[in-house]
Amino acid sequence: MSNLSRRQLILGSSALGATGLLGGCEALPGGPRFDGLYAASDALTFAVQRFLLRHQRLVREFPPEAISAVFPTINTTDPDDAEYKRLKAGGFAEWRLPVSGLVARPQSFSLADLRAMPARTQVTLHSCEQGWSAIAGWTGVPLAHLLNTVGLQREARFIVIRSVDGWWDSYDLFDALHPQTILAYGMNGADLPVAHGAPLRLRVERQLGYKSLKYLTAIEAVARLDGLGHGRGGMISDLGLPWYAGI
Amino acid sequence: MSRRPTRPVADPARHALWVRTTHWIGAAAFLALVVSGTGILLALPRLFWGETGANDAPAWIVLPLPVNLDQTGWGRNLHLLAAWVFVLNGAVYLAAATLGGHLYRRLLPDGDQLGPRHLFRDLRAHLRLGSVSDGAEANRYNALQKLAYCAVLLVLAPTMLLSGLTMSPGVTTAFPELFWLFGGRQSARTIHFLAATLLVLFLAVHLWQVLANRPLALMRGMTIGRTASRGTDTP
Repeated sequence: MSNLSRRQLILGSSALGATGLLGGCEALPGGPRFDGLYAASDALTFAVQRFLLRHQRLVREFPPEAISAVFPTINTTDPDDAEYKRLKAGGFAEWRLPVSGLVARPQSFSLADLRAMPARTQVTLHSCEQGWSAIAGWTGVPLAHLLNTVGLQREARFIVIRSVDGWWDSYDLFDALHPQTILAYGMNGADLPVAHGAPLRLRVERQLGYKSLKYLTAIEAVARLDGLGHGRGGMISDLGLPWYAGI
Repeated sequence: MSRRPTRPVADPARHALWVRTTHWIGAAAFLALVVSGTGILLALPRLFWGETGANDAPAWIVLPLPVNLDQTGWGRNLHLLAAWVFVLNGAVYLAAATLGGHLYRRLLPDGDQLGPRHLFRDLRAHLRLGSVSDGAEANRYNALQKLAYCAVLLVLAPTMLLSGLTMSPGVTTAFPELFWLFGGRQSARTIHFLAATLLVLFLAVHLWQVLANRPLALMRGMTIGRTASRGTDTP
């Protein structure tokens, strides 16, 4: 009995020790720094979920009847930004999405360009870190298609996405190239409403809602994230919420 | 007596080192989970059934708690750190308890303890706030105690883990069966809250039972592993 007990204790302590080591370094080469008290648990969650999701399964999709009557809008719901207001007044006809960085053919896309690309519509469950969840239908172009159009360079590992007001976040290719990661210009069969991020928002379905940025302004492919901002991969991480939000 | 032949346990309040270690790691993690879980709940103190639920959607229960959106960040971070500690610690405990026979010998009720007369006697003793573990019964946990421990270890703790994972968009992509198991994301959130409430009730009764019986001896048994100053270590 006592031999078994000690063996179990050693197993337990080495498991805890391993997570400590994991948290001390980058969870991804060139990726965001996991720091602070929660580096170990964040890195462990990330590593375990990447293993569980290694087959790139799709999230559930619902029939249109499942669309929620109530879909909350939080944080920015109508950007107080001069350039945004000007574009909105013009029906976003002059809006452009520059795609730059480690790509073979950097270029800017208009809303009409994006609408002319192959579209995907998906009715999915949006899960907010505040606890609420709602179902909506999203129509847009898969980010993978856009990145194929501009041609990712071999060294590109992360996609940085910028929004109005200087807000930005980043995604590794595992999530950026997932078939359900789309740049949505439509919601529930109509144009994307301003409160939900018009003219274009991101949908990253395997993570919490805060990773699905609204009001997109630019996309950039990079090899590393450590030189951007505070090196934590996005502004949400600077506010203390984890860069990887699969849980 | 129809007890199965087991090695007599001199005093069930004395605990082996692995039991004491996992008990206190689990206790600390549980405390952190309750505090941080409450912080997370304050962002939306409403419970729903099914897949969806939000402030303006009809709720099953509106909890009488103040809405506070500023406790989500630290709440979630601490909750997930404590959850990892609780789950890894709990896995070590359950593996050791199962493989070493601890679960069978000390925690699963013996056959004679499940008879109606025995259960009634235990229940009456508890309700009179008296000590159940006296005389011939002093060398094992009483029936209600065993049932409570088994409910926590084998039912409530796994329910907490699985309903918690059902709120994870990543985990449910890998295991969409979790939605089926609980009936949707908001149902899982509601069940997570209900099971947490039962665990807090268990903790209250657990602490009451320690204080109502032999608090000093029981605390000695769960900390230094001895119940009397000249006692020997757990066999």
